[in-house]
Amino acid sequence: MTATLEVAGLSTHFFTRAGVVKAVDGVSFSVQRGQVLGLVGESGSGKTVTGLSIMGLVDRPGRIVSGSIKLAGQELVGLSEKGWRTIRGRKIAMIFQDPMMTLNPVLRIDTQMIETVLAHADVSKDSARERCRQALSRVGIPSPDERLTAYPHQFSGGMRQRVAIAIALLHDPELIIADEPTTALDVTIQAQIIAQVQKLAAETGTAIVWVTHDLAVVSGLSDRLAVMYAGRIIEEGPTAEVLTQPHHPYTAGLLHSLPINNPRGQPLNQIPGSTPSLLRLPPGCPFGPRCTRKQHDCTQAMPPETQGANGVRLRCYHPVAREGAMA
Amino acid sequence: MLAYILRRAGQSVFVVLTMAALVFVSVFAIGNPIDILLAPDADQIEREAAIVRLGLDKPMWEQFGVFLWNMLHGDLGRSFVHGSDAVHLILGRLPATLELAIVALVMAALIGVPLGIVAGLNSDSWIGRSVMTGSIIGFSLPNFWFGIMMILFFAVELQWLPSGGRGPTGTLFGLEFSLLNPAGWPNLVMPAMTLAIYKVSLVIRLAYAGTREAMLQDYVRFARAKGLSRSRIVGVHVLKNILIPIVTVLGLELGSMIAFAVVTETVFAWPGMGKLLIDSIARLDRPVIVAYLMIVVGMFALINLIVDILYSVLDPRVRITETAG
Repeated sequence: MTATLEVAGLSTHFFTRAGVVKAVDGVSFSVQRGQVLGLVGESGSGKTVTGLSIMGLVDRPGRIVSGSIKLAGQELVGLSEKGWRTIRGRKIAMIFQDPMMTLNPVLRIDTQMIETVLAHADVSKDSARERCRQALSRVGIPSPDERLTAYPHQFSGGMRQRVAIAIALLHDPELIIADEPTTALDVTIQAQIIAQVQKLAAETGTAIVWVTHDLAVVSGLSDRLAVMYAGRIIEEGPTAEVLTQPHHPYTAGLLHSLPINNPRGQPLNQIPGSTPSLLRLPPGCPFGPRCTRKQHDCTQAMPPETQGANGVRLRCYHPVAREGAMA
Repeated sequence: MLAYILRRAGQSVFVVLTMAALVFVSVFAIGNPIDILLAPDADQIEREAAIVRLGLDKPMWEQFGVFLWNMLHGDLGRSFVHGSDAVHLILGRLPATLELAIVALVMAALIGVPLGIVAGLNSDSWIGRSVMTGSIIGFSLPNFWFGIMMILFFAVELQWLPSGGRGPTGTLFGLEFSLLNPAGWPNLVMPAMTLAIYKVSLVIRLAYAGTREAMLQDYVRFARAKGLSRSRIVGVHVLKNILIPIVTVLGLELGSMIAFAVVTETVFAWPGMGKLLIDSIARLDRPVIVAYLMIVVGMFALINLIVDILYSVLDPRVRITETAG
């Protein structure tokens, strides 16, 4: 069975005056039908640019320089703008981080929904409206008829994100890219939204790439987890495996710094230093300068990708040892 | 919505009253019209008679009271010079200025908005750069010079358009409008263009800045992610957002175009209100000056009121917060 999404060796670079920023550099992963992939990383790790690349929404001075993105076997890299338009919103939908900003403030909800239907389907305006009404009730918005004629500012943040999700679901896409869709919401709303998306994806078999910096969110949501650092995936595997037995020192450091894993009253554990500038990456492993397990070979070359046990892929010369065993 | 309009209208009335006091007092303080109106050899009896006839013997506050009372009845006094009703005198000239300003406004919007959007979408290319450079030229050219150059080129050299005057007009409700008579349109083109050139530049810059800002917003990215066409994104999502500041500014500019089209009207011998004002100032025709200023104040207050209401139509957020408050 072909995977819904197959990304191989994707590199998206930004050609700025200061130099070439390799925001995404040789990223590979795949998502099966109905699966959720959690794409985790700090700000600037390239996770959002990865999502935008899959949507074909990378703007100048950035562009996809190499690699392949296949949606159910169809190659997307190199599509014309017109070709992309038939994919976007129909086969791949995207939900953005800030629901306050993603809906156009001066257009009514029905305008913004109906235009999405009409962009991809040759239907009458009435049946388009009916479809929008159903989509709204599907994401749990009460009295959808009334809400259709409202403006975005008349909705709360959580309701707006539901509207955005309803828009994303209008054409039953094969894939949804969710770029930190719950970051701007209250924790209770966050849980509702996640449950909603999970349910809808399970119903329709939609695959999801869930971009986030919040490990707690993806731990309960995703089937697989990919950890990004400085434009590369440094560890990828089944969620439970990555979270309970992190191999990469960065993943381990991230988990170690969660407040819940720290004893009360003690200073929180941190990863020393900060993410490197993508313009001036250190030689070898980009995490090297912050790594407690760094050795000489780490500064020589980027660690190659190795296939570990339990379906984990890893880029590290000196992975964290399993309990009681030597690496 | 109604409460909002009423409160907003109340503010406008207050502004008009304040301006009435200011205008009356300041005009009262300049010059003595008797010196200008009467022959230098007029004797004391003639002077006294004229002063009583014009109501200048009464104290200032009483004159102001009479002025306000009359204003409420639509009477802003009689011209010292023409002897006729000042308001009628000015309103008789209003249609000429009004249609000139409105044509200029439409030109500014129809030329400025598309050019500004194109420049904003292509800000890195030569198209965007040349539009923006052109707008700087439009800003810096003196109005009268542009008008004279147009006359030289289109009227004298090419002889395509008449050099001045109003041309044939059509009549509506007893008022004359060039717009109603196609034969009068050629006369309108150059004065309107001269009046519009600065506003075109202004609108270009507003539309340019608005477009550049809007294109970076998440809602544009989301619209693209929905698979919408570029024309739909620019023509609906971007345009509706950038129109808000443009409508505000154009509304204010319409007022200033009507009130201060003096230079353009002079260059093209356009028989509007501007020329009348200049003449009245030269002759110290106080009622006409005061009436002109009051009409301008009233007009500005009205235009601002309309702009604010339009604004709330365009931007639903204004509507809600204002009625809730």
